[in-house]
Amino acid sequence: MIDLLVLPLIKIVFVLTGVLVTVMYLVLLERKVQAWVQVRLGPMRVGPHGVLQPIADVLKLFIKEDITPVRADKWVYTLAPIIVLVPALIAFAVIPFGPEVSLFGKPVPLYLTDLNIGVLYVVAVASIGIYGIILAGWSSNSKYPLLGGLRSSAQLISYELAVSMTLVAVILASGSLSMVRIVEAQRENGVWFAFVQPLSLFIYFVGGLAETNRAPFDLPEAESELVAGFHTEYSGMRFALFFLAEYANMIVVSAIATTLFFGGWLQPFPNVAALKFLGFVPGWIWFVLKTFVLLYLFLWIRATLPRYRYDQLMRLGWKVLIPLALANILVVAAVKVALTR
Amino acid sequence: MGQAIAFYTLAALILGFAVLVITAKSAVHSILFLVADFLFVAGMYVLLGAQFLAVIQVVVYAGGIMVLYLFVVMLVNLKRPPEAHQDRRRRGRLGLLFSLVVFAELALIAVYKVASPASLVPPSAPMGPNNVEQVGWLLYTDYLIPFEVASMLLLVAMIGAIVLARREA
Repeated sequence: MIDLLVLPLIKIVFVLTGVLVTVMYLVLLERKVQAWVQVRLGPMRVGPHGVLQPIADVLKLFIKEDITPVRADKWVYTLAPIIVLVPALIAFAVIPFGPEVSLFGKPVPLYLTDLNIGVLYVVAVASIGIYGIILAGWSSNSKYPLLGGLRSSAQLISYELAVSMTLVAVILASGSLSMVRIVEAQRENGVWFAFVQPLSLFIYFVGGLAETNRAPFDLPEAESELVAGFHTEYSGMRFALFFLAEYANMIVVSAIATTLFFGGWLQPFPNVAALKFLGFVPGWIWFVLKTFVLLYLFLWIRATLPRYRYDQLMRLGWKVLIPLALANILVVAAVKVALTR
Repeated sequence: MGQAIAFYTLAALILGFAVLVITAKSAVHSILFLVADFLFVAGMYVLLGAQFLAVIQVVVYAGGIMVLYLFVVMLVNLKRPPEAHQDRRRRGRLGLLFSLVVFAELALIAVYKVASPASLVPPSAPMGPNNVEQVGWLLYTDYLIPFEVASMLLLVAMIGAIVLARREA
């Protein structure tokens, strides 16, 4: 009973709270990083150096008026933010935060479940999230959201292909679809897949930027052309759900990159004997550290690169990333066959 | 017992949403109901122990093909409600014909099931937890030719789409 129901429930509560708090402070971190890049101070008023700013923001979003446009399709309009957020949260079910640890003398794995098709599960869940964005754009019955929704769906479908293909390359290298097994494979090989397949990592990360609608691929909400894109008409808590989903998706992309390419909970260079002393740091701390480095990369890129034009975005996706990803699969498969001979 | 409850709940949901798909006034609502239907079918696969098929069902049908449907429906913008067929009596007769065909099919299946005891069809070995490998083995051994033919079909469709799109250029 305890193993079947109570323990998973506790873990789910832990993971969800962790994600929500991380999202709140990720927003603050983003504002601070943007400010420092532009030689500003960023939020300073609420609490020392603005550390209480996220709480003020959340309160503000709760109190704001919730508006539904008169001609909107009410059901779909209400459903859309939920469809965006739920996939972003349930993707955390298969992410391994750490190895088995013993709590109160019981072995407790630091992940919700180890599906034997974990990687595919993430792809499937991500493909459902697209609906929320299209439907938000359509149901608002307004021109900027519709344009934003169409752009976004085209962008997400295009980049999903390239990302899925890089996942195939990683699966080929590790020989398993389970996230836990992929981390174990990196330990057995003694090297992170980031060093074995730098091209896969590059395509995955570029695709991840596009899939989360982040700069330089934030065309669905290009404010100079589309006001705010697909969520123009949304306000209050429903807008907050889109916001939450975007940042939760960033965490998902970073956490999966950590798992697939940076050895998950493993310490850096697990095969180098001189670094064995790092073993005293628990696995989940390594995991969180690596994820945050990748998240910082997201923020850094946003502060640095200008936005792509729409035709450039499509050209990059279809004519550069997808052929590269296909070639990558061929090379990885050929190397794998050559090595196993 | 638990499995039976899950099966009948899922079956009822699948049928209910299928009815909603064809009765919904708006095309976008129809598509949404169909997506939900596909998700329940994926749930059915999970219940049968075929997690790989379930995920593929979500990726390909719910996540891939239906997004394209939604795209098309949004682009053609069906503002006016679809008009009913002019001749009401002809519609009724067609409906009767189709329902008779479906009923005959169901009756045949039922008769066949009763006539041939279950032992005639050996129960296929339950797929192990790692059915990804098993599906792969089957596709590349027993079903190699259908698999390759299907991929050729997709290739032809892809080339056809390119030819159609390039005609104006």
